[in-house]
Amino acid sequence: MKFDPVYMFTVVMPQLIWAVPLTLFLTFGSSIIGNLLAVPVALARISPNPLLSLPARAFIFTMRGTPLLIQLYFVYYGLGQLIPGWMMRGVPFLRDGIWYALFAFSINTAGYTGEILRGAILAVPHGEIEAARAFGMNPWKVFTRVTLPRAVRICLPAMSSETILLLKATSLAYLVTVYEVMGTATSIRVDTFRVYDTLIAAGIVYFILVYGLTRVLNWVERRLNKDRMPMTTSAPKPAAA
Amino acid sequence: MAADAHSLWASLAWGDSGYGDEFVKGVATTLFISFSSYAMAAGIGLLGAWAKLCHIKALNRTGEVYTTVVRSLPELLLIFLIFYAGTRALANLLVMLGLADQGLDINPFAAVIVALGLIYGAYLTDVLRGGIQAVPKGQIEAAKAFGMHGPKRFVRILFPQMIRFSIPGLGNQWLNITKDSALVSVVAQVNDIMSVGRSAANSTKHFVFYFGATAIVFMIVSAVSMYFFARLEKRANRGIRRA
Repeated sequence: MKFDPVYMFTVVMPQLIWAVPLTLFLTFGSSIIGNLLAVPVALARISPNPLLSLPARAFIFTMRGTPLLIQLYFVYYGLGQLIPGWMMRGVPFLRDGIWYALFAFSINTAGYTGEILRGAILAVPHGEIEAARAFGMNPWKVFTRVTLPRAVRICLPAMSSETILLLKATSLAYLVTVYEVMGTATSIRVDTFRVYDTLIAAGIVYFILVYGLTRVLNWVERRLNKDRMPMTTSAPKPAAA
Repeated sequence: MAADAHSLWASLAWGDSGYGDEFVKGVATTLFISFSSYAMAAGIGLLGAWAKLCHIKALNRTGEVYTTVVRSLPELLLIFLIFYAGTRALANLLVMLGLADQGLDINPFAAVIVALGLIYGAYLTDVLRGGIQAVPKGQIEAAKAFGMHGPKRFVRILFPQMIRFSIPGLGNQWLNITKDSALVSVVAQVNDIMSVGRSAANSTKHFVFYFGATAIVFMIVSAVSMYFFARLEKRANRGIRRA
């Protein structure tokens, strides 16, 4: 079978482009859920109470120390064994591979981002937290208004590279019967025995997606850190006496 | 369930009646694949770092394209590309050149190692490039002033210092390569940890138990690797005063 660019662009490409929304749904869905879950994970990880920090440590180590592929298989094949059948029967979406994939990617992201966020929370300057307390904010307010926004800004570069990794990792979802870009390319490849066209087309699609997402995340980073940009380039102005 | 659990643990026995020996062999296979592809990736990484930092524009461009493309494609897709398209193209090329007979099959084991090596070559290129750039310029200039020639400068001055900066990145990529070696079980049955775990789970239908066992085996590999790299980092940093 020879490489045929015409076939690639007229037959394979349109089908892959139709699959892009599913890939993006998996990426953003698990990124949002995972990053939200990462906040309690990070908080538990830095807690002085071992009842909170040890489980968080174990969770992070499990997520970072095992391949995502196993986590996905464990969730997809294993959950049915752990949860009794009568609980699953009435729930229609538990039949679809995509929800298992979403769940597996979310907890994986929670583990990775939890560790990143832990470092960032510890890196928030003490003075800012003390100032917030001096204003009379309660711990919840201190966390949501000062510590967390600051920590997120600190770890934004690491979080955006994590999101890029997640976009690439969603290609594993095809192994649990989700027809996103990789799954569509593979099913065309298996049906037509066209190895070069399908895989190269998928490569082009992923390259464009990653490039686009990188640009978007860079823009977000610049925007969120706008007020801090001049501080690093020019000397601080002397305060008015 | 109690009797069930007993038979499950017994199924991890050594020999024909259990999966214990298969798992241990799987660890050896996974480590072998990881080691070989990591060695290849380190070679590519050194070459790539040199290509990206040398004064030849064309080489800079080539290195840039290589790392950008590899780092922006999913590992699974790259493994597919190299394993299916790459081996077929290579086989066709060899047949066309008259170096091999029609119907040549490339060893899947070798193909898998080359695939992982080419992927991680890109990641290690950037890790090592960062390490080289972190070495103060004055060190190289001093070595030049002493009259050391290129290879000697590299062995005596550049390498010992760049490796100190690169070890955390090298360790991370080693952990990633052991984990990504699980992906090869999708394209080839090479009896690595993941293939063993999956075939055990599929044939017994005890998915939780066997995928759990597989995950624990990977965690042990990760934990040992992390300990080893922490020791290595300490050793590479001996003689460096810490603030």
